[in-house]
Amino acid sequence: MKALKYLVAGASALAITAPAAMAEWQPRKPVEFIIMAGTGGGADQIARLLQGLIQKKDLSPRPFIPINKPGGSGAEALRYLQDKAGDNHTVMMTLNSFYTTPIIQEDLGVDVTEFTPIALMAMDTFLLWVNTDRDDITDVDSYVAAVKEAGLDWKVGGTGSGQEDSVLTAMMEAEFGYDVTYIPFPGGGTVAKNLVGNQIDSTVNNPAEQMEFYRAGNTKPLVQFTGERQAAFPDVPTAKELGIEIEYYMQRSVNGPPGMDPEAVEWYTNLFQTLFDSEEWQGYCKSDGLTCETMLKGEELATFHENQKVAHEKLIAQVGAAAITGE
Amino acid sequence: METIIVALGSGLVEAVQPLNLFMIFAGCLAGLFVGCMPGLGSVNGVAILLPVTFLVPPTTAIIFLAALYYGAMYGGAISSITLGIPGASTAVATVFDGRPMAQAGKADKALMAAAIASFIGGTVSIILFTLFAPPLAAFALKFGPQEEFALMLLAFATFIGLGGDDIPKTIFSILLGLVLAAVGFDIISGKPRLIFFDMVEFQRGIGFLVLAIGVYGIGEMLWTLETTKGSVQMHKVNTGWKKIKENFKDIKLYINSTWLGSFLGFFVGTLPAAGATPAALMSYGLSKTFSKDPDSYGKGNIAGVAAPEAANNAASTGSMLPMITLGIPGSPTTAILLGGMIIWGLRPGPLLFTESPDFVWGLIGSMYVANFVTVILNIALIPLFIRVLAMPFTLLTPIIFVLCVLGVFATTDRMFDTWIMLIIGVAAYFLRKLNYPVAPAVLAIVLGPLAERSLRQSLISSRGDAMTFIERPISLTCILIALALMSYPLVSRFLKRRKAAQAET
Amino acid sequence: MTVRTAELIMAIVLFVMSVGLMANVYFGDLVVGWIAGRGPGAGMWPFWLSLGMAGASLATIIRWFTGATPESRNTDPYIASETIFLVTVSAVSLLVMLILMNVIGTYFTLVIYMFFFVRILGNHSWFTTISMMLGTPLFVYLLFEVALTKYLPKGLPFFEELFLVVDNLRYEYFY
Repeated sequence: MKALKYLVAGASALAITAPAAMAEWQPRKPVEFIIMAGTGGGADQIARLLQGLIQKKDLSPRPFIPINKPGGSGAEALRYLQDKAGDNHTVMMTLNSFYTTPIIQEDLGVDVTEFTPIALMAMDTFLLWVNTDRDDITDVDSYVAAVKEAGLDWKVGGTGSGQEDSVLTAMMEAEFGYDVTYIPFPGGGTVAKNLVGNQIDSTVNNPAEQMEFYRAGNTKPLVQFTGERQAAFPDVPTAKELGIEIEYYMQRSVNGPPGMDPEAVEWYTNLFQTLFDSEEWQGYCKSDGLTCETMLKGEELATFHENQKVAHEKLIAQVGAAAITGE
Repeated sequence: METIIVALGSGLVEAVQPLNLFMIFAGCLAGLFVGCMPGLGSVNGVAILLPVTFLVPPTTAIIFLAALYYGAMYGGAISSITLGIPGASTAVATVFDGRPMAQAGKADKALMAAAIASFIGGTVSIILFTLFAPPLAAFALKFGPQEEFALMLLAFATFIGLGGDDIPKTIFSILLGLVLAAVGFDIISGKPRLIFFDMVEFQRGIGFLVLAIGVYGIGEMLWTLETTKGSVQMHKVNTGWKKIKENFKDIKLYINSTWLGSFLGFFVGTLPAAGATPAALMSYGLSKTFSKDPDSYGKGNIAGVAAPEAANNAASTGSMLPMITLGIPGSPTTAILLGGMIIWGLRPGPLLFTESPDFVWGLIGSMYVANFVTVILNIALIPLFIRVLAMPFTLLTPIIFVLCVLGVFATTDRMFDTWIMLIIGVAAYFLRKLNYPVAPAVLAIVLGPLAERSLRQSLISSRGDAMTFIERPISLTCILIALALMSYPLVSRFLKRRKAAQAET
Repeated sequence: MTVRTAELIMAIVLFVMSVGLMANVYFGDLVVGWIAGRGPGAGMWPFWLSLGMAGASLATIIRWFTGATPESRNTDPYIASETIFLVTVSAVSLLVMLILMNVIGTYFTLVIYMFFFVRILGNHSWFTTISMMLGTPLFVYLLFEVALTKYLPKGLPFFEELFLVVDNLRYEYFY
């Protein structure tokens, strides 16, 4: 009987090439889960974890296929999603290059506010890290003193000009009034390794990238750029407490192409809500220093994106695109 | 030492549990199969893993994964030898001599050498891994951009003499590879480079596999079609047990290259960011440089198959080291592996050895067993692989073309790269006919991005002072070795000439 | 066209291409020189290497005039007439395959491709032809879509729907 039902359903789907929205929308084919970064990074890890959970909990009738599109700091992924307008079987895991890349690459022709917001899975945080060998640096004041003494010999590692951490580095330069040498590496893991190996002097990494080295006593955080102290780092002061006006987050949200059907959006939103509330996801957030209290979705997330976009435009105008792109 | 033996023993016991042993067999077979498809490698094989992990406990899953990883590594050599298309980027150097051997009707010998060299490489590497993981991890941390650049210089030095006899054309080929490597988004300046026709797809750059499959899959295939006038039929090879035993005796021809590849491969593999492909290429180059008969390389020298195969297997084991001890992926496969470990609730990092010893030693134990199982399976399947060569060209050609197109598509999930592959393939065919060597371009596109990035990182960090490469001991050592290697062919030629002159007088 | 002519044309094409690459870098808003205190600019590597390529092509052109390379003295035809058919057909069939994959999807393309190569070019028996026409798509489906969870191009929506009928059956009854 089931086979017959499917033949009939298939035939009717053929008859109407654009099938009418069913009462309960469900993916009819595998869902492309685009990741706007390369393999092994934070966004990639999260996307693959989510994909694994979807499969494990059998939440979707069709699998999610993770596809990395790291080209051009996310430019390729953004354009791909833009061109997929109206497609109900593509979603994308984003990070802050979601905002910065269209600003820096003006001729890309992508407006992220047109995309369909689905779910804000987490806010990732940034901390300032130095190697534990640096006994002379114990807090932000001694850090700033050390940087000023070293001048341009102070080497800050990051994941690439135009990436989030280069924005944050530029913000710190403006705030503290020093200049440093910024060295790009491919991926946060490599940055962390170079900090442990003393190839660079400091970095602003996400907690996930430094956590294991921190637990092993190789590196130490000096300040966190959050509103409140995180549970994972109760003894590290926030920038605000020290009177430094820097608060910066990395958003980890899932978005769809422009013009997704409302039924599909609803289905995806429910799916990611289930994932968000799962024990596994909350556990991951806790151990990796992500903030996952409530999941923003729909209108709230659209407003969030709009605010973030404006904030990033302002930031980039403030520090100057040249400070971020290096040359 | 004693603790290592005890821990390893328990790891081995874990690996030979019936369920685990079964998973090792399943993993090796799946890996071999995926690995021998052009373009597909262990990265793709990891996709098979995910559903499996929901059925079995994490330790069994990682054992399956290790088996898959090994199987894919061995499998890469199979398509390099039988089809002349690198099954994975790590197996590209295997094509240089494996393909001529197959064309001369010695595919079984080449496959045997690849299997045995892989086994030795893998085994040497696991033993070194077991004994020296922590100190090696500490050494890897000393490797900054300067050392990486010096290592790339060393890699380039091993290729001297790998090109053709036409010097301007060889230079052109190398430079073309290096320039193509620069296509795409430059992370150092944050700017897109060489974006043709304003196509955003170019920001991703031109992948190594796209070039390699274009050149070897399409270009060489067209060339073969032409030279053989369509009768692309290899000699049938006799593959009885007797023949296998006989082929086993060839081992003395390539054992030195195998040792060289094993140690070099492990060492290069342990360095984060280097990986198995440069290791295999360096091993091939060095093996040729120090060979008594360097001219026979590229024409079907069995040592030219063994050297890169030993090295890529050793290196892929080695590349697990930065992942397990530091949580840094050394290759895309290990990057996805890393994601898998997180799903299982394991944290790769400096504390993994002490906090999850069962897992780590289970993994190491299964590497020993998987390596052993794969070599047996591989040798047993050689007759099957050889049969591919007996297919008539009107069946083999469409299959190869289809696998090339889909293999390229599968690596990046975009049709764009299949177009690039076709263009490169046709161009390679026309160039090849005019005696432009293609191998240097393929080598250059592997090492080009690493070399350029590490050079610029070093100079940014030294604020433009080139002395930085000489001031650091490891980097200086690599540069001196590189210089010695570059001058070696000249010196040896000079010495030969002098000897000949003395003999005359 | 003789090998000799082809050698010259190729060298000129490569020379022009190299200069084109240099222009692309130079006018692409990239620094082609050395930046004080920072080392090479973003355009330095591709620009100067392209210059080297242009130089190497120029050397080939000069060697052509002096007759230094074997190719420049070779007056055999560049592509022999008896092989030109085979090579052209293979290359064009690939081109058509890529175009068709975007239109009618991977699987229908494979069926047509196999029919063309096995039956028309190869003159194999109908048994071989049909087993290849059905076997290849099945194998590709099982390997890429089932085992490796890839989604191969399905072409226009109409052909995608046709494919999904089969795909749905799989999800209904198998993994």
